[in-house]
Amino acid sequence: MNVARKSLIATAVIIAGFAGTAMAQEPTVVVEDAWSRASIGMNRPGAAYMTVRNTGEETEILTGLRTDLAMMPEIHLSSTNDQGVSSMSPAGEIEIAPGEAIALEPGGLHAMLMRLQRPMVKGETFSLTLVFADGGEVTVEVPILDIAARGPEN
Amino acid sequence: MQRRKLLGYGAAGIAALGGTLLAGWWQVDGPGAPEPTGPRPLSLSAMEFRLTDHEGNAVGPETLAGRASMVFFGFTYCPDVCPTTLSDISGWLDAMGEDAAAIDVVFITVDPARDTVAAMAEYVGNFHPAIRGWTGTPDEIARAAEGFRATFEKVPTDGGDYTMNHTASVFLFDAGGRFASTIDYHEPREFAVPKIRRAMQDKTGGTT
Repeated sequence: MNVARKSLIATAVIIAGFAGTAMAQEPTVVVEDAWSRASIGMNRPGAAYMTVRNTGEETEILTGLRTDLAMMPEIHLSSTNDQGVSSMSPAGEIEIAPGEAIALEPGGLHAMLMRLQRPMVKGETFSLTLVFADGGEVTVEVPILDIAARGPEN
Repeated sequence: MQRRKLLGYGAAGIAALGGTLLAGWWQVDGPGAPEPTGPRPLSLSAMEFRLTDHEGNAVGPETLAGRASMVFFGFTYCPDVCPTTLSDISGWLDAMGEDAAAIDVVFITVDPARDTVAAMAEYVGNFHPAIRGWTGTPDEIARAAEGFRATFEKVPTDGGDYTMNHTASVFLFDAGGRFASTIDYHEPREFAVPKIRRAMQDKTGGTT
């Protein structure tokens, strides 16, 4: 897998996002159902969610995020212990086995968008680039939904 | 005859053992299992704290007397768990329709340094209108958390910011201020709404 090939895939994903159909040509990493919540101003961190699917034949390692929306985008993991106490910490590198997918969803893994550069406005979208260990990248357009949204459909 | 009697005792014994095992399962792993949360909150009448709601009114545990209530802790700089809890609660209240008007819903911040009255007001306004936001001095927040047996902790993050670990369960109280039950973080609506309705019907104090 090379960088140029992933860029092609990224373009396909963006087009798929607008067209609402899957039109990938043997993509190795596909991002599905990306969504985020609107922010109140710029002081509070935002969060984005999606499914990252590895359709290739080699393990992919998601190492980081990049976006012009936030200076410090990081994948974080929320967890709740048996005392009902929830905490959040950087998730580090995330391996995705061939044929597997990781879900970034409320209460678990999420793209934490720290140091927002502009407010996240409902109805708009922003570009988020997922960076992989082999140097490949996938860019997705993430729709910004209501602050009270519970999933990609609302 | 003798032998049959023994067999009978044996069968009764096995049945009793089975019943005991079933009861054990019911209490330990089954639907009767205790909720995976810490110690039970006190009754509201046994709590003492003075906070300010998002409209600037002085509030305390007595504010919740006479009506069922639902209380949870969080902070508005929390990007994942707290908006999810607030959205979940808004969904439960929406599902209850007009009945939601008969319960008090309070979000107490564990981060009063950033969650001022104004910050709470701009935040809770985005969710169900029944949800009230309470903040106050660090000492009073700590006293409130102690009463609910909730915990919180400030955790530094990269870049000089911080996040808060905190109890994410939702506490339900009946109209008498007695603790009724806990709704765990992200519990499905089909479990949460009946628990809320039960707390609202319970005039005599619940046990679970």
